[in-house]
Amino acid sequence: MLEIKNLHATAGDKPVLQGLSLTVKAGEVVAIMGPNGSGKSTLAHVLSGRDGFKVTDGSVVYKGKDLLAMSPEDRAREGVFLAFQYPVEIPGVGNTYFLKNALNAIRKHRGQAELDAHEFLKLIKEKAKLVQISENLLSRPVNEGFSGGEKKRNEILQMAVLEPALAILDETDSGLDIDALRTVSDGVNSLRSKDRAMIVITHYQRLLSYIVPDKVHVLLGGKIVKSGGKELALELEQKGYAGFEAA
Amino acid sequence: MTDKNNSIEKLAGQEYQYGFITSIEEEKVPKGLNEKIVRLISEKKNEPAWLLEWRLKAFRHWLTMKEPTWANVHYPKINYQDAYYYSAPKMKKKPKSLDEIDPEIRATYEKLGIPLKEQEILLGVEGADPAAGAPPNVAVDAVFDSVSVATTYKAKLRERGIIFCSFSDAVQEHPDLVRRYVGSVVPYTDNFFATLNSAVFTDGSFCFIPKGVKCPMELSTYFRINAKETGQFERTLIVAEEGASVSYLEGCTAPMRDENQLHAAVVELVALENATIKYSTVQNWYPGDKNGKGGIYNFVTKRGHCKGANSRITWTQVETGSAITWKYPSCILQGDNSIGEFYSVAVANNYQQADTGTKMIHLGKNTRSTIISKGISAGHGQNTYRGAVKILQRAEGARNYSQCDSLLLGDQCGAHTFPYLDVQNPTAQVEHEASTSKIGEDQLFYCKQRGLSTEDAVNMIVNGFCKQVFKELPMEFAVEAQKLMNVSLEGSVG
Repeated sequence: MLEIKNLHATAGDKPVLQGLSLTVKAGEVVAIMGPNGSGKSTLAHVLSGRDGFKVTDGSVVYKGKDLLAMSPEDRAREGVFLAFQYPVEIPGVGNTYFLKNALNAIRKHRGQAELDAHEFLKLIKEKAKLVQISENLLSRPVNEGFSGGEKKRNEILQMAVLEPALAILDETDSGLDIDALRTVSDGVNSLRSKDRAMIVITHYQRLLSYIVPDKVHVLLGGKIVKSGGKELALELEQKGYAGFEAA
Repeated sequence: MTDKNNSIEKLAGQEYQYGFITSIEEEKVPKGLNEKIVRLISEKKNEPAWLLEWRLKAFRHWLTMKEPTWANVHYPKINYQDAYYYSAPKMKKKPKSLDEIDPEIRATYEKLGIPLKEQEILLGVEGADPAAGAPPNVAVDAVFDSVSVATTYKAKLRERGIIFCSFSDAVQEHPDLVRRYVGSVVPYTDNFFATLNSAVFTDGSFCFIPKGVKCPMELSTYFRINAKETGQFERTLIVAEEGASVSYLEGCTAPMRDENQLHAAVVELVALENATIKYSTVQNWYPGDKNGKGGIYNFVTKRGHCKGANSRITWTQVETGSAITWKYPSCILQGDNSIGEFYSVAVANNYQQADTGTKMIHLGKNTRSTIISKGISAGHGQNTYRGAVKILQRAEGARNYSQCDSLLLGDQCGAHTFPYLDVQNPTAQVEHEASTSKIGEDQLFYCKQRGLSTEDAVNMIVNGFCKQVFKELPMEFAVEAQKLMNVSLEGSVG
């Protein structure tokens, strides 16, 4: 589904990714672990097409297409979803209204009929139940005044509604207490499917006890320095990232 | 990226939708401004002597006044002699059936997007009950250049004692009411533009809601400037007697012309005890082109007088048009417990300049006022909020809440806030909040990451920003305002 080859990218003027290669297959849940400054968030931003990041070398092929040539909205419409580390507040714009427009933009792109208000309401209620988000969040403005946990759950709700092919979860565990972490993870797990790939970006092993990955990659200095199965996360937890510096 | 740029170019290329010109035979008075012109206008309207006297006093006073320069707007000196002060489409007499209405005028309203059914309503054809039994919800007074061409539902409203007609008709049919209230809120000496208006006003709307009556439909005036080199000076007067209530809407458009045209209106509202007046404006005068050429100079004085206890006046305005906007809808809160509200969205795109806000003058006890102002600047637009809250000595327990938010799209535009406070009573509570933000890259990216186009994202964010104000508008207008906002800002984020 996703093939990243020798990716070099700068954030502002600073080189961050320095030859990152990674393959993700449909149905896989892949964890990227790394300390602060290793390039985790840069990777998420480059894949989603955010301004301010420049690819200086390498390629990213998504579903056989050149991902880097697409606009951010086209990437989204093609099924790339980023669960933000810091979800953004949009005052005055209702959560349901926002999500309905997003879904319909995506459906239109795919040549599917747009959903009317009634159909959408039914869908979003169903999905809210699935990811255990209370219905009162649906009628409030997007993320405005949401608690940290509510914001993250709202990201998962959006993911459930938009049904992406590739979901990138950028430090979804940051700022969550243990109960919120469990709810969010349950939501993510309920969305695992053989057609959907997920990249779970995290600093800590903690999240991976809830969202158990198929593969773990360690990101250091802008490259993958070690890859393995889920047990690699535990090894990291014991040794710390320092143990990998030499590798 | 290419996709984005293309669509922005396409959208930016869209023109002001209402910029067409109606070709119609006009009756004009000679160009220029002098006592003779003032007399001529009064004569054309067959006015009583007292009104002519009033006009002349205003004109003589105006000659002693200087154009104000304190506003944060810049424009070349206006030559007041180089304009027509009266221009009216030639009509034999008031049309009695649809066939008698000039087809060009009929076509104009059609083009302005008023559906045929409503058009029949709008043109006020006697006996043409349009929606076949369904209760109409908007009555319209249509002002075309200097005159009202039609007023609808007059008879129906009259059954309830409501007077809704053109200002000129009111002068003929209800001279005592007009005489009692005209100039009672905005005296002819008030300010340069209001004084000019008092001398040369040509038409406008008049509404009178008698004691205890709730007006059963929205009343509205649709202002259209058509003629070249012509100023529009209309005067609106709304009086709600004890316990009466009314919701009034005002809309405006004008053709695209290279020269600037002057619009100097006066609106006076009077609310007696327990009366409520809700006045909503969607101002969409021609704003000038991308380079700032042409457009309407909109210098307007609007003031409401909460005369009786527990009365309430609400101003809601969406100002997207005009090259220059200079307007401060205000409330004099004289009655105890009276309430004044001002909800405003003002847009300055391209080279538009807006200096707008309100004045809340608290005289009565426990009077309350709310000010919500949302300024949006884009392109080279300059947007200024100017508001005054004055709490006088005897206004025991008065309260005010003001909130002024500015949103910047791009980095060539400007937002300015000038709040003035004068509190003379120690029991008063006054709160002021202000914010300025640039449309967030974060917000835009968040929307795009969910599949929305740049245009949809900007529209959504801007409309969200304006929500607090839009929700104060009557339903149909809120939808209109939202669409208008999208058009006004097209292509402003690249």
